[in-house]
This record gives sequence, structure tokens and C-alpha cells, in this order.
Amino acid sequence: MSRGSLILEDGTVFEGESVGAAGPAFGEAVFTTSMTGYQEVATDPSFEGQIVCFTAPMVGNYGVDEHRSESRRAHAKAVVMRDARGPEWTDWLCEHGLVALTGVDTRSLVLHLRERGAMRAAAVAGDADLDETLAAVRAQPQMAGAALVAGVSTREAYTFAAEGAVRVAVVDYGCKRSILRRVAAAGAAVDVFPHGVDADTLAGYDGVVLSPGPGDPAPLGGEARTVEELLGRTPVLGVCLGHQLLAVATGKQTFKLPFGHRGANHPVVDHATRRVLVTSQNHGFAVAPGDESGVTHSSLYDGTVEGLAYPELRARSVQFHPEASPGPHDASVLLEGFVEELKAVA
Amino acid sequence: MPRRRDLESICLVGSGPIVIGQAAEFDYAGCQALKVLREDGFRTIVVNSNPATIMTDPGFADRTYLEPLDLEGVAGVLRRERPDALLPTMGGGTALNVARELHGAGVLRELGIELIGANMEAISRAEDRELFKTTVESCGLKVPTSRIVTSVDDLAGVSLPAVVRPAFTLGGHGGGFADTPQQLRAQVERGLSESPIGQVLVEESVRGWDEFELEVVRDRADNVVVVCSIENLDPMGVHTGDSITVAPQMTLSDEAYQELRDAAIAVIRAVGVDTGGSNIQFARERTTGELRVIEMNPRVSRSSALASKATGYPIAKVAAKLAVGYTLDEVPNDLTRTTPASFEPTLDYVVVKIPRFAFEKFAGADRTLGTQMKSVGETMGIGRSFLEAFVKAKRGLEGPFEWRPENLHPWFERELAGLAAEDARQQAEPPVYRRIDSCAGEVEAESNYFYGTWGERDERPPAGDAARVVILGSGPNRIGQGIEFDYCCVHAVQTFRALGYEAVMVNCNPETVSTDYDTSDRLYFEPLDAASVLAVCERERPEGVVIQFGGQTPLKLARAIEAAGFRILGTPFEAVDLAEDRERFGSLLRELGIRCPEWGIAASGAEAVDIADRIGYPVLVRPSYVLGGRAMRVCHDAGDVREAFAGVQGPTLVDRFLERAIEIDVDALCDGADSYVAAVMQHVEEAGVHSGDSACVLPAQSLTPEATAEIHSIVRRLGPALGVVGILNVQLAVAEEEVFVLEVNPRASRTVPFASKAIGVNLVAAACRLAAGARLAELELPAERPPRQVSVKAAVLPFARFPGADPVLGPEMRSTGEVMTSAADLPTAFAKAERAAGRALPGEGAVFLSVRDEDKAASIPVAAAFAGLGFQLYATGGTARTLRGAGLEVLDVRKVSEPGDAPSVVDLIRRGRCNLVVNTPDLGPEPRSDGYLIREAALAARVPCITTVAAATAAVHAIANARAETALSLQERMDAEAAARAS
Repeated sequence: MSRGSLILEDGTVFEGESVGAAGPAFGEAVFTTSMTGYQEVATDPSFEGQIVCFTAPMVGNYGVDEHRSESRRAHAKAVVMRDARGPEWTDWLCEHGLVALTGVDTRSLVLHLRERGAMRAAAVAGDADLDETLAAVRAQPQMAGAALVAGVSTREAYTFAAEGAVRVAVVDYGCKRSILRRVAAAGAAVDVFPHGVDADTLAGYDGVVLSPGPGDPAPLGGEARTVEELLGRTPVLGVCLGHQLLAVATGKQTFKLPFGHRGANHPVVDHATRRVLVTSQNHGFAVAPGDESGVTHSSLYDGTVEGLAYPELRARSVQFHPEASPGPHDASVLLEGFVEELKAVA
Repeated sequence: MPRRRDLESICLVGSGPIVIGQAAEFDYAGCQALKVLREDGFRTIVVNSNPATIMTDPGFADRTYLEPLDLEGVAGVLRRERPDALLPTMGGGTALNVARELHGAGVLRELGIELIGANMEAISRAEDRELFKTTVESCGLKVPTSRIVTSVDDLAGVSLPAVVRPAFTLGGHGGGFADTPQQLRAQVERGLSESPIGQVLVEESVRGWDEFELEVVRDRADNVVVVCSIENLDPMGVHTGDSITVAPQMTLSDEAYQELRDAAIAVIRAVGVDTGGSNIQFARERTTGELRVIEMNPRVSRSSALASKATGYPIAKVAAKLAVGYTLDEVPNDLTRTTPASFEPTLDYVVVKIPRFAFEKFAGADRTLGTQMKSVGETMGIGRSFLEAFVKAKRGLEGPFEWRPENLHPWFERELAGLAAEDARQQAEPPVYRRIDSCAGEVEAESNYFYGTWGERDERPPAGDAARVVILGSGPNRIGQGIEFDYCCVHAVQTFRALGYEAVMVNCNPETVSTDYDTSDRLYFEPLDAASVLAVCERERPEGVVIQFGGQTPLKLARAIEAAGFRILGTPFEAVDLAEDRERFGSLLRELGIRCPEWGIAASGAEAVDIADRIGYPVLVRPSYVLGGRAMRVCHDAGDVREAFAGVQGPTLVDRFLERAIEIDVDALCDGADSYVAAVMQHVEEAGVHSGDSACVLPAQSLTPEATAEIHSIVRRLGPALGVVGILNVQLAVAEEEVFVLEVNPRASRTVPFASKAIGVNLVAAACRLAAGARLAELELPAERPPRQVSVKAAVLPFARFPGADPVLGPEMRSTGEVMTSAADLPTAFAKAERAAGRALPGEGAVFLSVRDEDKAASIPVAAAFAGLGFQLYATGGTARTLRGAGLEVLDVRKVSEPGDAPSVVDLIRRGRCNLVVNTPDLGPEPRSDGYLIREAALAARVPCITTVAAATAAVHAIANARAETALSLQERMDAEAAARAS
């Protein structure tokens, strides 16, 4: 084990030990409060370009398993832990090229990010010159304005599930396998399309799922236009980034949250039923408040928009992750319900 | 949905005396519930027989009844108070059982009282084995299959491995596991012969499976949250109360954990708990992931208290809010204040709970851990890693750590390899402190709940201007140091806060009210050893440290605290030292002209015999260091003394043992000069039975005015002479009109809550004000005067948990808890106390007597009184001859050791032909003697068994003279006492 450190763009340094790949790795420093699912987090495309700090005090306890990966590769650039438990997990981190730090005072880091906001950072394995690294951190692009979808979307369309009572198209902005699995398990044939797919192709399906994905929705003008063109032609369900794109397509604004929502315990109220869902969340941007039209769900933490519905357009969306993985299954009925509704009209 | 407007008054039922499996966690739960119910404007009524609880303090509810928690006791209160609703989910299994009885007897319907927190259907679905099975299966989940078997021919189709549990045997005695059909047959044969009703339960064995518990809360809008997951290090087969546990779970992947979470939610919905919390326990096969639902408690529990302390999510408080109509999103998260309770806490630390056992108190008892809980307390450690938390919990034990886990998960095994190094590190480096905020730092929280860790930054609390006091708690419950001391600590916190101090609490017992972060200005959940207490003091820089209220635990730290330059508030440590050092204390008594039994200190058996010869037999031998858990013993001759010395090392006290003495307990206050003799209590059992195990009466019943005056005079001289500033307890014996001092404790004693409630004076509050500098005269206490009502405290003993140990009272304390009752006269109060302690005295039937030779003469009037009340008398050999000689009609019974075909006394008891046993044991240890077999049989058959003539006398008086009396609330009794004083 060699020394390692996390260098934040404001000059704060957190010391630790390196237990992963050689670095430095640059990205936005964020934290997730989920107590389980470290491998799912590392392979979730929505963490593209981020250095993820786990608030869970011990990470790696139950090893790794290929079927827990949410995509083909790791997307987080680095992981920061209080206490990494090996060797399976740390071996996996090395194999997947993630810079990994352990022995870091993660609670202090989390309190710092909560107060100052998520910020650019470098995770350094070994020794590094502070000034040089800091300069390199500050030269990195900001997360606000970052269009990251192209880097994580599938290049070619493919069929995930050929058989099904209804045909669902999933637009891959950085889709997790769990979404595809859940939609297919609900009885849909699933085709997956790259982020640049046109509306006409999608309109030929019984329904369309706009997937989650990384980065800022604001620069995704093309994707938003496609959604706009699609609306009203076939039922649409947006998840996370897909939700934000639906919002943009219907004329709403998005904004960057100070430090995001990342975890598996976030309470969200469904305004229609007054019921509370404990949800899995992973987003740094959100739909701006002000225009309450179409809002179906809100965060009980900070009141931000968590769901939208436009029945006249047969479109709806949620900011949180009904596919969970990791996290509670309270909202999984949303994905299944979507497929069931498609079946009902098919 | 806001608070229900259709309810105005609510009755909460507590859990009664502390017993193994039901401890301080229900005081914690009840206090939380009462607090929120009163905040919401409800009129509250409490019924609980345990005086050592905070919840039974007069200020905690509008009406407080210290009454037996049986149908009669609670129904009486309900008839009198007519509440709109009954909340039975805060008082453990005891309260739920009372609720079921009240429902079954039609009392709730008759009085129009609604059950809130959990309805009767939900309670039945959770508690009834068959209904629970059907309910669980309706969710697509499984319980271990089981079958009731009465013959070895009933075993076709039983799946193996299986566990065999005989019905109605002590501690599950006679049960066992079977892997093969041959073993199964043998086990069932054995079980059938052990079971008095010839019945065994054969159950699919999940021994060795991993064990998890989830704490679930559900509201009436069907919102459900899982507050905490708990993993047992000791797999299935060891009761979860006896297991080392960790939260959050450490070894499950997200998908495996979510499967448990889904299952827990499905079960709480199917069972139908819809306004409260439940604990759901799972067995999970480690490799296949197969699940079994083991049980569900449709109420708050020991685990929910642990989960509340582990997460900062106050389950009982939230459950009480839900019970009166709120939904989870309407209840704020206490720690963040800005977010709602409809979330799941996330932990950035690890919590480990380690049970504390008391086997050394029960010689002969089987120490094997199984499905019957045997631990008497627990300690919790919080750290930033599993190992850190584990070592902190272990440090909090204050006793030996013996743990031999079977089938430990390899992850824990690997982690525990670093135990010794972590132990050393924690002693060597000072800790820093972090906040518990329920959300891993995601939401700003000004929480006052801290734990120590190492190697990171310190999270400073905001600096206050107020002077601070650090109050040291009493650590894990144990026999001899239980909830009474937590009661005292909580009152100390409240009093110092009221005096304008910031009160800082240090304790490591997750069951208690003192470790509710709501109790103090700051809570440090830390072990009570010198390293961690001094570290807290360094950080807080208190004006003083309060050590008089936590029992022995803080006293052991006093020297280190003073050496580090911190001030002990009130009574200085010097007083403790003076009272405990026999040589110094002896010369103090000589100076003051106060009598004590003659004594000496012996280094060897021979020396002890010399001392005993000098002071005269019998003597009480008290080794200061013992091997094998043997302790105090009464010795009648040199042989006894030599035997008592086997295996003993170090200096040993030899005291003259006063026979047939009245034992007196006094709680008093002293400001260094003046004293206030608050309570003079008399023990029912004579000296020789530990004061903690003896029943106790206030006011003392058989003291002459002269003896009373002398007792007052002694106490008034002792307090100032020792330098007591605060509270003290003096134990005395009165023999042949002479008063002897046995012991002085310049600190709060076990009897403080009982005495405070009996006399209506909060002794801890008064002691704290003295410690803070007030003079006794400034406290404006009512005149010293015995109360008009008679209050009785009775001990509750855990013998049924320890088959093999002799269920007899002696100089070693073995009770886990106590009850209190009050009435206009002693017989009524005593009869009620025995009922409250779970051994109601029979009104008719048969009494079996067998007493040792020394007691034969004294047993005659007792037996005559029973005969006079119409009881049939049974007796063995010598006792029968004595009674017959006195002209009483007695039926002879054969001792087990006597040959013959006639039914033995054990058969008599087993067949339910005897309603009360009076059996005073022969002196000296006599394993498996006739007496032992009698007592064990009585215990197994749940027949009250009295082991002293004094207690038998009190019992027969109670049976003869107890009257039906309307139970008065504590508040009414206190008002009446005040009025009597004023007039």
C-alpha cells in the first residue's frame, strides 16, 4: 500500500492510502450514502467523471460478483473510502482501473462537500506535487455544462430482450442493466438505442424509456429535441437524466444541486397518494422549482422536483431510480406499472 | 394525517420488573412515548410495578400506578381512570400479554377502550405460532416447519436436521438437535420423558444459519421504513439477546439485503401492524441464501432500543406519534430537525453490542448458550470500523470477556484477527469525537450525540457559556447494578440542567434512558473506563464530575479522575475510600462509638478459623478476590470456614454473623454537616439474605422507638464524619435491641427510587443540589417522618433461566429486578407485591413445609396460621414430626432420597397438588440435595417457593389479612402524604 490523497479544487487535501489503480484520476468529488452496493455504484454510468466517496464506513465486505455490475466497465474515476476491505474488492478496483483511496477521513470530506458543494478534484495514488495537481484539477472542465452522454451511450442499437408482450425502446444515455432487466422481466421486448436515436424510430415502439445518465442535461439540446418530437406519439417514461430531458422538452429548466442526492434512503412523496417512497438516488442536477405544473413527486429532504407527469402526452418521469441496485425496491412498481399499462393498451 | 382528535387520555402499560429478556429498554421506550403524548396534549396514565423506572416518576405522566401488571391490577386502574385508549406496545411481552388478557376478559369492550399501537388481530397474527406461519406463508415466505409430537411414532416426514424442544421444562431442558433419524428418535424419547406433559415440539433446525433482524416502522398511510438492520455474530441457535450483534449488517450484498428488506415489509403489512414498529428476525443460509422468518415482535423491543441508539432514530417516540394518528412524513427527524422521519437512517460508523452474563452468581448452572436468553445486560460500542466498535463494546463490559462463537462468518473472523492490536491502540491514543446524525453527514444536524474514534478530525460541539458537569453512568446492567442507577443518573442530569449547568452524560448501555440523546445536553456513548472518561473530561473541561449515582462503576474511576486534576462534585472520593477500607472504617466507628459486628481480616483458612474462634460463630466469610464465582458464605464451624477458603486468594473478611437480626436499610442526605434521614426501611428476610434480594418494607414495622432513635443518631453522625455531600446509604442490623452498622455506601443505593417514591421526595434531585453547594436547610424538604402508606419492594429472581443452580436466597445477590406496591397496611401491600413479582400467594389449597432444624421451632406458628386459614399441610420427616408434636394435622410426604413407592414431594409439586412451598435450606452447599430437588420442582411447576421463615411469616399474614383496596396513583398518595404532614 502506498500513500494517496484526494486534492480538492479549493486546495483542501485529504490524506489516505492507495489501494487501487495508479493515478491521478480527475473528476468531480461527490459522496453517496448508500450502505450497500459499492460495485453497482462504481459501474453505474451516471457516475461517469466522478470521484465517489462512500459514507459507509467499511466498503468491500462481501467481495465482488460480475452480475452485480451495472454496465460493462467502471465509470466512477476513483473511489474514496474510510476503510476498504479486501482483497476481492481492491483487486477488482485495480483490474478496473479505478484509483482507490482508503483510510481517508471521509466524514470530514462529506461535511466539507456538503458545505462547499461538490467540486473538482484529483485522486492521487502515490505522491504528487500539490501545486501541479491543483493546477491540473482547476484546468478540468466543470460538471455544470458537461455533456457526458456520448461517452457512455451504446454506439450501436441492440436487442436486450427479443420476446415480450409489448415492445419497449430504451434510449441509452448511460443506462443501468437493472433498468433493462426490470423492463424485460415485466414482460416487454427491449431494444436499446444510442443517445442520438431519432424520434421516428422511437415512435414505432409501444413505449419508450429515457434512461438515466451522467452529466448536465442543459447542453443535451439534441437529445431534448428528440424527446420533444417524440412526446404524444408513444408513451414515455423518463428516469433520472431521462426525467430531466423530459422536463427540458416540456419547457422546464434544470439547475445544479449544491452537492447532489446520492444514496438509498431518500424520502419522496407521491402527491397523488400522499404516500412516501424510500428511494435510490444519484443525481447532481435537478428540475428547477417555480413551475409546479406536472409535478407528481417531491423530495422530502429539500422539496426538489422528483417526478413529472403529462397524461395528455402519455409521458411521465421520476428523478429517482425505480430500478434501485443499489437501494430499496419501493419504487420498482413504476417500471413494472409502465409495462403493464403498455400491455393494457396493446 | 394529523393527531387524532377523538382521543383525550391514554393509558400506557410498562414492562414490570427487570427480568432476563425485559430490561431498561422498555423504560426508555415508555419515557419517549409519554414525552411525546404529553407534548401532544394527551392525558397520560401509566401502570408499571417497577419503581426503578423513570417512566413511573410522578412528573412523567398525569397519573402513575405502581400496581401488578396482571389482569386484576391493570383492569382496576382502567376502571378508575377510564382512558380512551390503551397503548400496550411500549411494555414488552408483559404489556402485550396484559392487553390480550384485558381483551379476552372483555374489559376493553366493557369500558370502551381502544387498543392503539397495534390492534388485537395484528398482535395475534404475530404472537400465535400457527397464525404467524399462515401469515408469513401468505407473503410467499417461509417459517421453519414444526410439529407437536407426543409419541416417537409421530415422526414420519420430519425434515432433518431438526431441533427437539420439550414442552414446559426449565430453560428448554431436555431439548437438543438431531441430524439423523436415529438421533431424532433418541432426542424425542428423551424430550418426552423430560416434559411433564409428555409433549415435544420438533422443528426444522436452522442452527448455524446467519441471523439478521430488521427494525421496521409502518404508519396508517401504509408508509414503511426500515430503521436499521442488525446482524448476529452468533448464528441461529444462540438467542439474539445473548449474541454479539452488529449494525448495520456487514456481510450481505445489496441484493441480499434488499431481499430481507422486501420480506420484512411484506411481513409487517401482512401481520397488520399499522401504527408502530416491529422487529422481524430472519435466518439465512449462508451459501444458498435461503430465508426463514423466525419471529416478529409487533411492538418496540430490546432490538428496537438498540437500533434507536445505533441510528439516532427514536423508534419508540416515532411509534407513539404514529399510534395517535400522525404519519411518518409528519414526524420530524429529531437530529436534523429539517427532514422527516419517513426515511431510513444511514450510518457512517459501526455499532457492536456485546451481552453481559452473570453465570458466576449461579453455581451449577449450565453456561451453554441456546435459545433461552441468559444474559443480564449489554454494552454497545460505536466506532468507525467493526473492529473499533467491537473493542469499544468489550471495554464497556467491565468484566471478563469469554466468547466461543460457533460457525462465525469468515468475514468477522478475519476482522477479529486484529483484536489485540486494536485494544492496545485504543488505550494508547486519545480519541476524537464524531456526531451521530442519522444521515451520514448529508443533512446538517446539530446533534448532541457523540462517539469517540481515532485518526480523524474532531467535530466540536458549539461552545456554551454554561458551567458543565460530567455525569458518569453505570454501564451494562448486571446483577447488583441495574436500572436503579440509571434512574439516579437521569435525575442527576435533569437536576443539574435545572440548576443551569450543561449536563454531559457518559454511558455505554444501549437499553437506558440515560443514553437517550434527549436526556442530556450532550451524550458521549463511550465505555466507562479511565481512558475514555478522562478523554471526555479533557474535552468538556467540566466544573465537576458526578460519580455518586452510577453505582460502583464511576467510583472505580474516581481516583483516576482526581489524579487527572478534575473535581469530583459532592462527596469526595476520600469518603468512599474511608467507607470501603475496613481498617479505616473500623477505627472511624470506634471513634464515633458506633457498634459493628466483630470482624477480622484473614490471609489464610487457619487465620480465619482463629478469628472466628475469637469473635464466635456463625461468621460471614467474604473473600475480596474469588475464583470460580464463589463469594460470601455463612459458616457455622471451622470446617465451613476452611471449605469457604478453598480457592480463595488475598485478604478475606471474617464478620460475626448476627442471627435473627432485623436488617435495616437507610437512605439519607448529608451536606457535610447536617443530615436528613429520608427513609428507614426494614428487610423482610433476616440478615444473611442479600439486601438486594430481600423484600423490603417502608416504614420499618418492628423497630422500637429507641432503636429508631439510635438509627437516626448513627446516620447523622456517619454522614458528616465520612464527609458526605449528597446521598448515602447505611445498612444496619438490630439484634436483641442493639443496633449494629453493617455497611455504609456514600453514594446512591439500589433503594433510592423505591424510597423516593414511597416518601414522595426526589432524593437524587436533593443530593445533586447539595453536591452543587446548597445547604440542607435551603432545600426545604418535608419533615423527616415515616410515610402513612406502607410500601413493599419485592425482588424478582431469574432462577428459571439457570437450571442446575439452587433457587435459594443467600448472601450473594441474584435478583435482576424489583417491584413496588403500596397500600394502607402491610399485608395488603405485601400480597400485592408478591402478585406483582409473579408469584401470587394462594388463598387456599395445600402448603408443603420442609425446614432445617434451626427453623423448626419458628415454623410452628407459620404452619399453625396456614392450618387456621384452612390450608392442608404437607411435610417431610422431621418437619412433619415437629408440626404434629405441636398438635397440627400434617400429611407425610416422602423425600426423593427416601425409598418407597408413595409419591415423593417432587411428584406432589409436579402434579399441582401443592400451592405453596416453604423450604428453608440446610446450611452449606449440598448439590442435588432433597431441598434442592424440592425447590427446583417448585420453580418448574411455577409454585411459589419461600426459602426463609421470615418470608413465610409475612406471606401467611398477607394471606390472612390482605384486603381488597382501591389502588391509588402515586400522585394521589404523594398529595395525601403532603396533606398529612401539613395537618
